[in-house]
This record gives sequence, structure tokens and C-alpha cells, in this order.
Amino acid sequence: MSVQYCTFRLDGHLFGVPVASVQEVLKQQELTTVPQAPPEVSGLINLRGQIITTLELRTRLGLPARAEGAAAVNVVVRTGDGDVVSLLVDEIGDVLEPDDADFEGPPETVPARIRALVTSVCKLDGALMLVLDTELAVQVGTAA
Amino acid sequence: MDGMDEIIAEFLVESHENLDQLDQDLVSLEREPGSRELLSSIFRTVHTIKGTSGFLAFGALESVTHVGESLLSRLRDGEMTLTPQLTTVLLEMVDAVRSLLATIEASGGEGDADHSELVGRLNALLDGARAEAATEHASAGDQPEDLDTPPPSVVASQPLIGELLVERGLGVHDLTLALVEQEIGDQRPLGEILVDDGVVSLEDVSEALQAQAGARRSVADSSIRVDVDLLDALMNLVGELVLTRNQLLQRAATRQDAELQRTAHRLNLIAGELQEGVMKTRMQPIDSVWSKLPRVVRDLCVSLGKSVRVEMEGRDTELDKTILEAVKDPLTHLVRNSVDHGVESAAARIAAGKPAEGRLLLRAFHEGGQVNIEITDDGAGIDPVALRAKAVAKGMLTRAAADALGDREALHLIFAPGFSTAASVTNVSGRGVGMDVVKTNIEKIGGVIDVVSTVGQGTTVRIKIPLTLAIIPALVITAAGNLYAIPQVNLLELVRLEREQALTRIETIQGTPVCRLRGKLLPLVDLRAQLGVPEAESETTFIVVLAADGRQFGLVVDDIKDTEEIVVKPLGKALRGIALYAGATIMGDGRVALILDANALARQAGMVSDSAAAAATATRAADAERAALLVLGLSDGRRVALPLGAVDRLEQFALDRIERVGGHEVVQYRGEILPLVRLNQALQSYGETAEGDPMQVVVCQHRGRLVGFVVERIHDIVEDELAVRTHLDTGGHQGSAVVGGHVTELVDVEQAVSAIDPGLLAPVAVS
Repeated sequence: MSVQYCTFRLDGHLFGVPVASVQEVLKQQELTTVPQAPPEVSGLINLRGQIITTLELRTRLGLPARAEGAAAVNVVVRTGDGDVVSLLVDEIGDVLEPDDADFEGPPETVPARIRALVTSVCKLDGALMLVLDTELAVQVGTAA
Repeated sequence: MDGMDEIIAEFLVESHENLDQLDQDLVSLEREPGSRELLSSIFRTVHTIKGTSGFLAFGALESVTHVGESLLSRLRDGEMTLTPQLTTVLLEMVDAVRSLLATIEASGGEGDADHSELVGRLNALLDGARAEAATEHASAGDQPEDLDTPPPSVVASQPLIGELLVERGLGVHDLTLALVEQEIGDQRPLGEILVDDGVVSLEDVSEALQAQAGARRSVADSSIRVDVDLLDALMNLVGELVLTRNQLLQRAATRQDAELQRTAHRLNLIAGELQEGVMKTRMQPIDSVWSKLPRVVRDLCVSLGKSVRVEMEGRDTELDKTILEAVKDPLTHLVRNSVDHGVESAAARIAAGKPAEGRLLLRAFHEGGQVNIEITDDGAGIDPVALRAKAVAKGMLTRAAADALGDREALHLIFAPGFSTAASVTNVSGRGVGMDVVKTNIEKIGGVIDVVSTVGQGTTVRIKIPLTLAIIPALVITAAGNLYAIPQVNLLELVRLEREQALTRIETIQGTPVCRLRGKLLPLVDLRAQLGVPEAESETTFIVVLAADGRQFGLVVDDIKDTEEIVVKPLGKALRGIALYAGATIMGDGRVALILDANALARQAGMVSDSAAAAATATRAADAERAALLVLGLSDGRRVALPLGAVDRLEQFALDRIERVGGHEVVQYRGEILPLVRLNQALQSYGETAEGDPMQVVVCQHRGRLVGFVVERIHDIVEDELAVRTHLDTGGHQGSAVVGGHVTELVDVEQAVSAIDPGLLAPVAVS
């Protein structure tokens, strides 16, 4: 039984996270910025009465900042300990169900900042999907 | 099996409550050994646990409570008297029951802990009592005592039928006789015996039985047990409702729809009442925490060989359950501290002319939407001089910084991490990891802690905490376009300054902006600077005056909005490390607002600090402007002022008492040699002197040594009057200010002394 992945694009890379960890996908929301917060934190959003921390995944992965005015998408993920965090990505992709055999460890050529948060790489037809470790990706501030 | 689990769960809850009551009763019983009421209450409790544990087949529990019960029935019937030794064993029995209950709760079974030793000891006491009883009550003693006979069931019901009958005019003696008859094997119910004895009428008995049944029913019917989780869930829902109401109200206000307005208004009222009601369900009297303290004190007293009486005032003061839980450990710690460090040994107390028994007073009361809790002991008090010395010895403060601390600030040193004044570390306290944790925990729930102490007379620790944490009124302000909420507990007033006013009223003292507010100087903290955001262009300056940690400061913000009921929501993990924010909330318009922590703001701005050294400097900066001063007169009508904190006493000395040591003038004073400093000379005031006879001398304590300042006149003590000041240094080294309508020079004690003789106050080993 293979796992379904929710994919999204970030600075030309294709990333994937297990569908089970994704709560929902939202268009860009009104953000309340948090002064003094770690640079990865882009702000807080009001998700139906729940206050959710939003992380800029580009900053988290050490990628260049998104172009001014370009819309982002919130991928709201749920971590193992019940924390809900929203990740800002460029655009959302399809849900894929690749074969287990197509996965292998991230190659050495992937930049270290990204490799630290990527558990494996999946060889798709004509593209590579980087599997993001959401548990590690949302550890900001306390761990950094 | 489910039904059985439920019964056991109920039994556990009930028994835990009963045990707390038991602890309290036993300790009070020690004070009033004769109280039948207390004994009956204890007996009933143990009996109930025994009965139920027998029914639920918890053999070990039953055997422990059974001997305890037998022992208690002796006490109740006056066949034994309560000794401290007996109390200790009974308390041990309570502990054993408690640990058994805990095992049952955790594993469902009784575990294999062996309680036979305790049972043996209880039995031994019982046997001793029985032998005694045999000689004293020859008739009763002839009957073989059968410990397995369950005590008469009437006794366990609540209230006692016998008590009810006594209320109806039955003689206590007659009742005792009837009870003894029952005890020695009479199987008839108590009422029947009494009627047969002809001491009460049948009507009285049936009336009493009805009253008894009625009492039982009314207690059972008027209250139900509710799971705390359910209450928490309800509280969260009410919080959401309040937020939704806020949003709806804001929308409705913009529409011209009268019907919508009315409905919204009604919703507003109902939501408000609902919120209050749900909040009430979570309120518990502080007694639920306090009731454990007499036992703590008693155990501590036994191990320390002290004697302390616990008194409580306001035990029905109610608090939110969450807060109550949060203050439980700090309170216990403070009480232990008071008994261990505060109250002296009986010998020391007698030597100090106090009663041998120490007194610990717990007080709780509501005030201004907050709850105050005070813990007062009549012990030795805390000596600020010793605290200063200790802080210096530990390298936490420099000598000068320590000397600069006022007594109140010095007392706050006990809250500094790693600070313990106990000469020796006991297993109770003195490791220096206590008070700072207490302070942190109190502040975590938005509370404030303060300590007041008089050497030789005792110490009072005062805690102020909010009633509830879930929904709080807050002031909404803006900075750089974002909304921020400030809890109203911290709010004192709002100040709005137009451009011209701001120019004249905001000044800078040694780099710190201050605002002149009704003759006082208020240190200012700019929120924009603290947050690192740009400030808005504005004609007006908005200042929110806040109180944090016993100090006041003005927070400069972009704009002040409205007050709103907010629901505190925790921040995600990534933001939890930022002390400035106490959480976040959702505003009426759906926007997210961060909640500012006033204490953290003050701390970050350097107003108050946990590190004692920073506190010392901050105190000087913030408090120097509001210090109490002693105003003195020198020659030529010159006025100078000394900080009142440095002044020990005012004295008059006849001129002929002056003696000379080397170049110094000294007088003999209270068994010491007091060096004199003529302030006229020290401050180069060489006008016409009229120091007079007797001389006016201000005795100051500095660095643990006394020094006397000779002045011409002692004018007045002035507080809070430093509205205008200059830094024009005239030799006093503290600048000048307008005090009581006159320009007055502020004198620094150390400088004044060293002007005459730098060596005079050099540290000398003095005991």
C-alpha cells in the first residue's frame, strides 16, 4: 500500500508531504505579523477561530524570497503532538501516489539546508519530488 | 464491568475528598482533644471508607480502616484520650489509605504494599486502651470486645440521630448510656433503646428520623458531580461565543437594522450571563487548597520540634479551578518556608518575649477583581541588612549596588534565583531554588508577589492573582498597523498629549524618557522600539500607564482603541519563546491580536529585572524621582535632602558630649562611637553657622556603620515631590530638585562622608 502525497512547488522545486499530515489548503489569508519572532514566522492567521502560526517555507529552506506581490498558498499541516501550523508555499500541485520502489535518500547535491528537512526523494516521470519532513520543518525558534 | 468501574471511580473521588477532610479534622482535633463533633466527623469518614471498601472487596483497605475505626470509636466514647503519638499513628493510617487509593486508581487493584506493621501498631494502641478500659469500666470491660462487629449503622448516617435528639432536649448522659448499651451488644436501634428507657418520646424519635432523611436528601439532590474536562470544554465554547458575539456586535453596529440591533443586544446580554454562570461553575473556595496546609505545618513542626498554630481568614474566597491548581504548590512552599525559616524555635521565641507557639495566618480576600492571598508569620522576620550582605557574599551584587537598595528592594532579593538566607540547608527548604520558582509560577498566571517584613516581628508574603484566566477584559492598542491587547489588570490610566504638550511634558533623564504626570515623573517605554517596528506619524502621543511588578511606567503606542473582552489563546510552539507575548486573541473584526505581557515589557525595557544587579540600578533610575526625603537646613538658609531610606534616627546631642579622635569629632552613642560629619563643611557651606546647642544630628546607616550628620535644622520629611530638578551639582552629587516649594540639593551619603574623610567609612571588619 503506497502513501498519497500532497505536492506543492517552491522556487521551482517539487515538494511532497504525506496527505495524512495535511489538514487543509487555503488561499493566502490576512496575516498578523509578529515582531521579534524568528525570521521564518510570517505571522498569525485566524482559521475559524483558531490562531495558527504561519511559516514561510522559502525562508525555512533557505530559498530566495518570493517575488513581491506573488500570491502564496497556505498548506495547513498537523504535527504529531497536535500542533497545527500553516506553511506558505508558491503553488499547490496534485495529489500523487508514487510506487514505494521509486524512493531513495536525498542526493548529496541537494543544498544542506534543504537536505536537513527532506527525508527522501521520489523519482517521478520527468521530475523529482522532495519529501518534506513536516515535524522538523515546523520546529522553529525553540530548536533553531 | 463498566458499572463496577464507575462505582469504584465514584468511591475514589469521594474518598479523596473525605481524606482531605480527615487530615484537617485530625489536626484540629489535636487542638481540641475533647471535641465530640470532630471525633464523630472523623469516625464517620473512616467508617464510610471502611464500609465501601468492604463492599468493593478491597481487603487491605478494609483492614487498615477497620483498626483505625476501632481506635476512633474508643476516642469518641472517651475511653481513650488523644495523644500526639496517637494523632501521628492516625495520620499515618490516613496516608496508608491514601496510598492504597492511589494504587487502586492506577492499577485497579490494591497492589502488594504491606500495611500489617501499621495495623499492628494501631492494634497495639488499641490493646493498651482496652486494658485501660477494662479497669476503668469494669461492667463494660467484662464483655468480650469483638472487633469484627460492625459499629451500629445509625452512627454512620449524617447527621447523627443521637445529635438530633439532643437538639430536641435529650440529655447527653442518657444518650451516652444508650450508646454504651448498643456497644456492649444491644442490637436494638438507638431510638428504640431511648424510647424504652423512657428518656424521649416516640414522636421525637420519628421527627428526628425524618429530619435526618431530609438532610441527607437535600445534600444529595442539590449538587451533582461534573467532570472538570466538561467544564473546560464549556468554558472554551463560551469563549468562542464571546468572540462571535463581539464580531456580530461590531457588524450590527454598522447596519441600520433596528431588529438586528435588538437581537444582537439580547445576544450580548445572554452571552454575558452565560459566561458569568459558566465561570462560576469553575470557581472553588480557596479552602480546597488550604485544607491541606494544617497537616503540612503539623508534620513540619513535628520534624523541626517547633509549635505553630495555623489560622485562616476568608477560606470561602473563590477562585477559578485552574488558578487554584496553579497556586497550590507556591502556597505550600511559602507556608513551609514560613514555618522553617520564619517561625523561631520555642526557646528563641520565649527569649524574644513571644509566646512559645508560633502563629501562621492565611488570609484571602477579593479586591478590585483580583484575589489577594496573604501568608503572615510572627517569626523573626527578614533582615534586609543580612540580605544585602548575603547578596554581596554570593557575588550577585557589588557592595555599592547592595547599599543602594532600599529595604523593600532588598527584601525582593529572596526571589532572585539561587538566593537562600537559611544558614543551613534543611531537608525542608534552604536550597535557594524555592522562592524564584514561586515567583515565576505566580507571574505565569498573571499574578504579582510581594513581601513585607519587620525584623523580630514577622513576615507577610502577599500574592495578587486574577480571578480567572480564560476570558479577560483588555485594552486594545495599535502599533505599526497591528492590534495588541493589554490585560486590564495592569492598566492604570490613559494619557493623551498633543504635540505642544508632549514637547514640554516629555523629558529625558539620563537617557530615559520620562513624562511629567501630576507632579510625578513617569518613566516611558516606547512599544514601537521594544517591538522593533516603525512608529506612526502622529500629532498626538498616546501613553498607556501600566503597573507591573509594583512599579509604574508609561507605554507609548500609536493609537488607543477600545476595551474588549478577550479570550486568551496560546501561541504556537515557534513563538512560545518570546516573553513579550502572553498569547493571542481574535478581535471583533476577525483580526488576530497579540496579547502583551506588561511584566515582560517592563523587564525587557530595563524597568524591572530578575537579576538583582539590574534591579538595583533600575530601581535607582525609576525610583529616585519618587523617593522619600528628609529635608535639612544648612547655613545661609541652604536646603539639602537625604534619602529617608538612609536615615536611621534623628538625635540631639549637647555640645559637651563631643569628643575627639584624631581629627574627627565623635560622640558616644548606644555603646558605639559615632563619627560626626558637619554637613556645612562637607558641602562647603561656610556661611554664618548656627549649629546650636544641642546639635541636631541625623544618624545614618551606611555600609552597616553609623555616621552622624550635624545640620542646623531638620525641616521636614517629603515624599513624591521631585517635579523639577536640575543636574546642577553643588557638592551633594545628586543634583537639585524643587522640594516642597524650595530648591533643595540632594545629598549622596557616601559622597558627603568621603568629602570630609575618605577613610572614615572604609570597610572595617565589624561584627
